[in-house]
Amino acid sequence: MIGLDMLAFTTGKILFATLGFGLNIAGFLGWVERKQSAVMQDRVGANRADILGFKLLGLFHPIADAIKMLTKEDFVPKGAHRPLHGLAPMISLGCGLFCLSALPFGGVIEFAGRSWDLTPIPSTVGVPLVLATLAFGVHGVVMAGFASGSNYGLLGALRGAAQMIAYEVCLASSLAGVLFIFGTLDLAEAVRWQVAHRTWGICVQPLGFLLFLTAGAAVTKRTPFDLPEGESEIVGYHVEYSGMKFGMFLMTDFIESIVICGLITALFLGGWAIPGLALESMGLLGGALMVASFTAKVMLLLFLLMQVRWTLPRFRFDQLLHLGWLNLLPLSLLNFLVTVWVVYLWR
Amino acid sequence: MAITVRTVERPKRTLATEIYLVEVWKGLALTFRHLFVNLFRHAMRALRIKGFAPGAVTIQYPEDPAVLGKRARTRHRLLEREDGAPRCTACLLCETICPAKCIRITAENAPDPKIEKRAKTFDIDLGMCVFCGYCVEACPVDAIHMDANEVEISSFSRKGMIWTMDDMMGRSKAP
Repeated sequence: MIGLDMLAFTTGKILFATLGFGLNIAGFLGWVERKQSAVMQDRVGANRADILGFKLLGLFHPIADAIKMLTKEDFVPKGAHRPLHGLAPMISLGCGLFCLSALPFGGVIEFAGRSWDLTPIPSTVGVPLVLATLAFGVHGVVMAGFASGSNYGLLGALRGAAQMIAYEVCLASSLAGVLFIFGTLDLAEAVRWQVAHRTWGICVQPLGFLLFLTAGAAVTKRTPFDLPEGESEIVGYHVEYSGMKFGMFLMTDFIESIVICGLITALFLGGWAIPGLALESMGLLGGALMVASFTAKVMLLLFLLMQVRWTLPRFRFDQLLHLGWLNLLPLSLLNFLVTVWVVYLWR
Repeated sequence: MAITVRTVERPKRTLATEIYLVEVWKGLALTFRHLFVNLFRHAMRALRIKGFAPGAVTIQYPEDPAVLGKRARTRHRLLEREDGAPRCTACLLCETICPAKCIRITAENAPDPKIEKRAKTFDIDLGMCVFCGYCVEACPVDAIHMDANEVEISSFSRKGMIWTMDDMMGRSKAP
């Protein structure tokens, strides 16, 4: 029987992971995106939103965006399928937020005589859980395009689906090497392997890191792979959406980026580990340090993803699929083969 | 005349460019350099340390004034002679050449017989004006210039966009 305090703790962890961590960082990412891209392009960025005269470098702009989206008219086009039209952004966002709960924010700490697991939903199959839920988010995209009642939306959804199918495969196969070395599918155990062996995943699998980063950016439809969304040149699957439903699709972009960065941190950058400290035995302070370290590494990766977004031009759709099926997939399988042979010969 | 042929060299597709990672690295180096140099300049400005270039090329209008070229065509200005009378002799050359037909002049007798005519009214509808500058070129007595350096011309009505001679000579209280 699960005690009520354990239930409360788990609920608190999930709320922290989704609302506290995910949505806050997503809002913060909106500001980072604007300001980082602006400073990089010799611009100033958005700096006009203020509350009672305090501008705070434009940090209130995401709040202004949220208010804008909440107060816009939420229309459903005439030929659209109303239930699916409303359901699609919920599926996308829900899957993204669920994945956040499976990330290893910290290990197991001893506090007040009991052990507390800092992962919101600890699971021995964390990696396939996250990957499968991310893949389920594709349903949201296809549903959005189909239920829009618009040909352009449908074509955008098909682009999105084709891209995500290609890169989901690459995602899983690029993880094959590093999971083989760790010997576990549990994200928290993967971090503990890195702590115990004093090597981070990126040191044993540099190619895997690059492949996973690329495939991860492509799965979340992040630039330079954002052709399904389109933005400035072509119409995407969310063309017939407005108001908060559109806001949910934009939020999904950020949340999935956070999930991918969280996965990379856990598997390649040592998760919550700080080199030299045995954090799991440091009680409450260790717990706080673990969460802080994980957050810092995720933010660093997000910063890198943002920078790549504004550096590289967008891929044409055939180039995108060519890269996925003909370059990334063979490379990741080759990586796995080489890893298996090296491990076999090592032992 | 012979046709000259100019061969344009296409960039070479080497192994480095095909792998794309090298190009990604070079691109990231460029943008990171911009990022850190600009962050440094912004920090220097925030700490009020002088001597560094501004961190952005943005002109934050309306706090910073708009930068106009030296010969930019802005709002019209009617010039005066030494005795304070307007130079305009109501020859109607500017009204004739205006492509937007926004100048309306009525003429009257000038008191000085050597200057036979002068303008009784001289209205320019700035809502119709295309700011081409032909009126300045056409005027034979250099009576109209477009160098008042005022570009923020607005009104709450179409009638309010018509500027009269007094407005353009700076003699009225408000346009």
